Amino acid sequence: MCLAIPALVKSIEGNEAEAELGGVSRRISIVLTPEVRVGDYVLLHTGYAINVIDEEEAEETLKLLTEMASLEG
Amino acid sequence: MKFVDEFRDVELARAVVSRIHRKSSRHIRLMEFCGGHTVTIMKHGIRQLLPPTVEMLSGPGCPVCVTANQDLDRAIALAREPGVIIATFGDMLKVPGSHSSLQRVRADGADIRIVYSTLDALHIARQNRDKSVVFIGIGFETTAPTIAASILEAEEEGITNYHVLSLHKLCPPVIKALLDSGEVRLDGLICPGHVSAIIGSRPWEFVARDYGIGCVVSGFEPLDVLQSVEMLVDQLERGEPRVEIAYRRGVRPEGNLRAQELMNAIFEPSAANWRGMGVVPGSGLKLNKRYQRFDAQLAFEIDPGPTVEPKGCICGDILRGVKTPLDCKLFRGACTPEHPVGPCMVSSEGSCAGYYHYGTV
Repeated sequence: MCLAIPALVKSIEGNEAEAELGGVSRRISIVLTPEVRVGDYVLLHTGYAINVIDEEEAEETLKLLTEMASLEG
Repeated sequence: MKFVDEFRDVELARAVVSRIHRKSSRHIRLMEFCGGHTVTIMKHGIRQLLPPTVEMLSGPGCPVCVTANQDLDRAIALAREPGVIIATFGDMLKVPGSHSSLQRVRADGADIRIVYSTLDALHIARQNRDKSVVFIGIGFETTAPTIAASILEAEEEGITNYHVLSLHKLCPPVIKALLDSGEVRLDGLICPGHVSAIIGSRPWEFVARDYGIGCVVSGFEPLDVLQSVEMLVDQLERGEPRVEIAYRRGVRPEGNLRAQELMNAIFEPSAANWRGMGVVPGSGLKLNKRYQRFDAQLAFEIDPGPTVEPKGCICGDILRGVKTPLDCKLFRGACTPEHPVGPCMVSSEGSCAGYYHYGTV
């Protein structure tokens, strides 16, 4: 129900955007994320972007997990 | 898919599991609040990967499951009103109310449309100006801002035949009610990731501060959930319960301020009726005075009649974490996804449906 999936914003027109998710293109509302820019990934929930995904944080999380895994060896 | 596949990495997950086994020395009981997390845990067999010291309980975070029969009856009664089109998320269709379900009244001729978004519901309203479109507003803080946005859009466009039956529920107040009941002892809480994308991590502070329970906001991929369990194990082994965000790519401590602003503009807190928990003050959202004309409860005089609870169904106890689906006499027998007795078997993220599809007995 609270499912949200990553979608890539391809173009923006007012409160709407064209976004790509898993190869499929769809029109979404960006009224909840006015800060979004073309090329950003958003969390898409029931047709609305509910947050812009922080790519740096994602990389940081994966880097940390990879480092910890290598220590575990 | 980017931001999904990386967080399903088997090697990284294996390393997290091995660290959890090494670090966990004392028995702890964690609750995953969100039905989405329950699905991840069941689907990927995460419970079986964890050491016996880490016990996992499912919480009440399934909006379809916690919708009270009385509210379902209301939605069903609305569907029977002449000139009404019901727009609803698909999960609600099969949930049995006291005497019927939306699916059954649809078979009897009610106009019920399954929508993916309130944007679709608005579209139906635009195309059917001579009818009233009622959106069945279920969901937590994740969904409420999207409903708020649709009401604002309806107002801006002058759409007057759009109404919302607001059954929205708020997560922190129900966690408080659950903890205050004293029925369930918890050491840690895996906090809902997409609810927190909206409200942030701060509304969970009281859980750590007042109850000494660790909180980690988690994403929904298996690696996210495992990482969150590890962070809780770390906190609890050190004896320092606090609020942390594991799902940093999707959640900021302050949440989505724009979404909060829209939600506050349209709704005000109200008491809400939760299956299994009853009426919890301040745990729901109703339309405020300025937007009352969009409120389906006020626009239609409906009498859903007396509520009848499904006999033998222990969905309420399961939602409180007091029982599991395996404790239910109806499970897999009288109650299956094809013929559900209670909502926990209907919703894809209900505990009973999870145990049915992925569970090992």
